Amino acid sequence: MSKKLFSGPFLAFILCGTLVPLGVIAFYGFTDRSGAFTLENIMAIATRNHAQALGLSLGLALISTAICLLLAFPLGLILKDSKLGKKGFMVFVFILPMWMNFLLRTMAWQVLLERNGIINIVLKALGLPLLDIINTPAAVVLGMVYDYLPFMVLPIYNALIKIDNNLIEAAYDLGADKMLVLRKVLIPLSVPGIVSGITMVFVPSLTTFAISTMLGGGKVNLIGNIIEQEFTVGSNWNLGAGLSLVMMVFIIISMALIEKFDREGEASMI
Amino acid sequence: MMKKSGRARAAAFGKGLYLALILIFLYLPIFTLMVLSFNEGKTMSRWTGFSMRWYQEMFASKTIMDALGNTLTIAFWAATIATIVGLLACIGMSAMKERSRLVLMGINNIPLLNADIVTGISIMMTFIVCGISLNYGTVLFSHITFCIPYVILSVMPKFKQLESHTYEAALDLGSSPLYAFFKVVMPDIMPGVVSGFLLSFTMSVDDFVITHFTRGAGINTLSTLIYSQVKVGIRPTLYALSTVIFVLVLVVLVIVNILSNRKEKAK
Amino acid sequence: MALIELIDISKSFDGELVLDEFNLKIKENEFITLLGPSGCGKTTTLRILGGFETPDTGKVLFQGEDITNLAPNKRPLNTVFQKYALFPHMNIAENIAFGLKISGKSKEYINDKIKYALKLVNLSGFEKRSVDSLSGGQQQRIAIARAIVNEPRVLLLDEPLGALDLKLRQEMQYELIRLKNELGITFLYVTHDQEEALTMSDKVVVMNQGYIQQMGTPEEIYNEPENAFVADFIGDSNIIDGVMLEDRVVKICGSVFPCIDEGFGRNKPVDVVIRPEDIIIGKPGQGIMDGVVTSNVFIGVHYEMCIEAGGFEWLAQNTTSYPVGTRVSIGVTPENIQIMHKPQSEDEEAISFDE
Repeated sequence: MSKKLFSGPFLAFILCGTLVPLGVIAFYGFTDRSGAFTLENIMAIATRNHAQALGLSLGLALISTAICLLLAFPLGLILKDSKLGKKGFMVFVFILPMWMNFLLRTMAWQVLLERNGIINIVLKALGLPLLDIINTPAAVVLGMVYDYLPFMVLPIYNALIKIDNNLIEAAYDLGADKMLVLRKVLIPLSVPGIVSGITMVFVPSLTTFAISTMLGGGKVNLIGNIIEQEFTVGSNWNLGAGLSLVMMVFIIISMALIEKFDREGEASMI
Repeated sequence: MMKKSGRARAAAFGKGLYLALILIFLYLPIFTLMVLSFNEGKTMSRWTGFSMRWYQEMFASKTIMDALGNTLTIAFWAATIATIVGLLACIGMSAMKERSRLVLMGINNIPLLNADIVTGISIMMTFIVCGISLNYGTVLFSHITFCIPYVILSVMPKFKQLESHTYEAALDLGSSPLYAFFKVVMPDIMPGVVSGFLLSFTMSVDDFVITHFTRGAGINTLSTLIYSQVKVGIRPTLYALSTVIFVLVLVVLVIVNILSNRKEKAK
Repeated sequence: MALIELIDISKSFDGELVLDEFNLKIKENEFITLLGPSGCGKTTTLRILGGFETPDTGKVLFQGEDITNLAPNKRPLNTVFQKYALFPHMNIAENIAFGLKISGKSKEYINDKIKYALKLVNLSGFEKRSVDSLSGGQQQRIAIARAIVNEPRVLLLDEPLGALDLKLRQEMQYELIRLKNELGITFLYVTHDQEEALTMSDKVVVMNQGYIQQMGTPEEIYNEPENAFVADFIGDSNIIDGVMLEDRVVKICGSVFPCIDEGFGRNKPVDVVIRPEDIIIGKPGQGIMDGVVTSNVFIGVHYEMCIEAGGFEWLAQNTTSYPVGTRVSIGVTPENIQIMHKPQSEDEEAISFDE
């Protein structure tokens, strides 16, 4: 008996759970209700509603990814340097929330941000102006940053901790100051971590519908919301599948861009 | 004693402040929910006294308990089956040629890289096209599908590190292939298998999007239940649920951390 | 005037004293080696010089100027790190150019320097290669090239040959001596390998437990160890308890040996060091004392034998083999006997040293 046969069940799952479903979604995306070939569902992205939703999704995902990166990199540096003794414990504290159900974490922000929520109760008690961002894109970005920050921290920290301290000392030894060490050594060498952090934050932010539903209150319509509605409320599968395909294309393009930046960054290091 | 210059001290203070601010950002929402879960009244705007009322209500709620049961059984079975299928796949793939293995590993990555929403929709559509109505089984199937890649990613590297001669040495010493596998190969890949199982379990528990599309009307997991409840209006039972889940996660992770630290020290 | 002066340097890590009131002067154009077992404080000394550690107390002077708190990037010296520490994301030329670009040198100057440095370390034409494509020995040479293009006054080398295999290590030793002579700068070398230290250095500083045990030329260190630690650490030796009967006469294992040391007083207990290759083996009765060969191993050029005589197991080396069980005599010419004071207390075990 060939050992290769052991892969059988796996192949069956790949076929039924991944490849056939992708075929089905592609089929629906390129046909109309009668089953005839059409590009209508793909072109539907150009309608004002859909284009706006996609644009907003890309924008918010970009902003929240950037914020996560700006927060996580210094955090990784501090954790790498820290002599807080139990380094592992500190890192653990920063990624612990990742393990809690993200819907509950998102709900927590809803409780905090609501017009009569905790933050406004405190602000009112202090006589400060109220914070009115619930049901705005700002609240959605806040939720994305909150939910996905640990996914940025972890790979960046892992990349930074792997950098040999000798390399940093060597750079100082050769005359580099702190900024130069950061620019020429720390950032370039943590690029793999940064790239995987960006992917892990950008893709779920781009495709989410739960965060925008919970913190956007139906007023922030992302591409994920539109697709979800086509399957749950609107039940125009062909349109939903077509928009999904477009979204996938955008994911692939952005991943390719990140990859390219990764390689170019490495090439033009000096 | 070390003399620290004023600037060094300011830098250390700045770093500490930064860590503290991020910690507040991460934990303030969670602690807010914890505090609210003990509030007697239904409104969060006023503290009306300490009460375990919401915890009682939560444990008495059949919907929540059913969802909890579904979440745990689905996670357990999905992780178990995915681990077995994944392990078998690794055995099979390690016997394959480099090229076919690379192709399979590439396909294996699709569910990981693909957006959850697309995975969920595509599996749901496939079920319906095939005339299978959505129920517990369809959720379980899709969970197994997205768990297998995690198992393979944790186990396959162990197979690559494996000293191939130990298996041959065992055969040479007269053991049957099965015996050799369990006595010689298994101990080496066990850490990968365990982490694959645990990863699958957590991924399954955490999943919302794929479950949302493949669950049908009849069943709920905690994630889908929370989502539907939040949409109609948050009840304080959810605060109690958050608190219980957070404490549970904390306890489990602390135990895992301590155990793995001890193991490392033993090395 | 000394180029570098370390004055009363103390440093402890986690409450453990690594350097204790350490003093050292380094002259211009000197190949000086810090030699000692791991944990003796030699690497810490180097890191304090490089600016990677700040001493708890004491001062570091460079040409009389206090540089104790100067950042590493401002110091006129460069380090060759133990594991090379080449930047993996840059090619060889970029690695070598790193320091030069920071100091704002022109493109032509940098290119010339890279060429010159690669030629100096025998790796011409390696500019575009990646770090991973190089062997350990080649990476080592690049690490040296990267440091010396900045024309440091002092090159600090932290066990740079530790990761290389034996043959390559010996090759690199000659290479380093050549480099030092060509560049005409000071090399401060840290190693635990006594052979490396003796081969390359103008001056060897033997360290243990944060103290200098002995400082001198390789010949002085080898031939005239000042205490049992140095004798034991440098090469194989017989270290034997003895009594100095009077000037130029020492009693070892019940036999009287003539020697050339004076000034130890009468009937004073001392430590005696005799190198194994200095033991003369002869027929019974021809030497100073008689004994029996208890083991015999051929180790290349000569035989290494243990000879039981006077209740002591003597280690001896000879090109003639005496089979196990042979009765022999042993003798030592007076100038090959090294007499050392017995340490009277812990403190004295670490002899303080002023040049």
